[in-house]
Amino acid sequence: MSIFPYLLAAYLFLIGLYGVISSRSFVHIAMCLAVVQSSTYVLLLAIGYRVGGVAPLFSDIPVGTPAVDPVVQALMLTDIVVEATVVALLLALAVQVQKAAGTVDPDKLLDLQG
Amino acid sequence: MNRTRRHALFFASAVLLFALLAWAMHDLPPFGHYRGPYGDVINSTTVYERHITDAITAVNFDFRGFDTLGEEGILFMSVIGVTTLLRRQKKEKKKDDPDESDELEKHRAPEPSDAVKVITLGLVGPLVVYGLYIVTHGQITPGGGFQGGVILATAPLLVYLAGDLKTFKRITTHSMVEIAEAAGIFGFVAIGCLGLSIGAQFLANVLPLGETASFFSGGTVPLLNIATGLAVAGGFISAIYAFLEQTIEMRMEGEKD
Repeated sequence: MSIFPYLLAAYLFLIGLYGVISSRSFVHIAMCLAVVQSSTYVLLLAIGYRVGGVAPLFSDIPVGTPAVDPVVQALMLTDIVVEATVVALLLALAVQVQKAAGTVDPDKLLDLQG
Repeated sequence: MNRTRRHALFFASAVLLFALLAWAMHDLPPFGHYRGPYGDVINSTTVYERHITDAITAVNFDFRGFDTLGEEGILFMSVIGVTTLLRRQKKEKKKDDPDESDELEKHRAPEPSDAVKVITLGLVGPLVVYGLYIVTHGQITPGGGFQGGVILATAPLLVYLAGDLKTFKRITTHSMVEIAEAAGIFGFVAIGCLGLSIGAQFLANVLPLGETASFFSGGTVPLLNIATGLAVAGGFISAIYAFLEQTIEMRMEGEKD
């Protein structure tokens, strides 16, 4: 089972992608993209994990206690910020599409309008 | 492409992609057996070299400080993007134009109940204190500018829940929010230039490190966290403001609610 967490990341990526391609709403697409992105959280944390490792916070525990990798956790923070910004931009686009076209279903937006 | 063919194409590609990913992941280090040297080096040296007990904050605001500046830039640009996308369009008018006040009255959402008002308004104060605590203690415990900034940005949202958009606008005046955001970004750059001014690198940790696990520890890190907290809180409030204004106040000509 040593690659199970990695496979979970692959599964989240693909299930989110399925949501994107089968979606009938731009709001739903933004949420599915968040699921796709959450696969990167699982992957990053899985790579940095160590059996028996504690969180890399040394205020209460002595330095030298086996701890998980702080670098991937810091990268994950960047990842979350990027996700928040992407979702905000997509939702802003969805609001404007609803106003301009009266629908948020990508299949109903067949013609591009200026 | 119709839906059936699109799904067929997706499933065929997904099976292939999953097989490739599983093959690639097979050769990753087994789960739980971390190998890379960097995490261990940072875990064993951060407390001595930087007097910071939260290794993640040390990575973000010291070792990788320049990347975090870029991250703040991403946030800044996306807030500009959101406010630009949600600005008043040519065919739109604002509902709070004086001659439309009657219409505004008609479409106003029902008053929030007393229970909602009491709970949300009661939460605003503790939430602000908690946000400030998270922003300023990133060097000791989990937290920092990004997390605390988001918590601070939710305080005006609670005021909106308890009252209405007018109250929200009154407590988050545009100029105040914009100044906070700009001060956050430029504060980050200015703290980075401290290093340059004494001949070290940009964003080098040049301030006294202080006593480990105390409020004033970690040199420039708490200051960078405060700058980031300002920028994030300002950015999120700007984005929330743009969304609320666009969805509540603006209507296309002839559009009904």
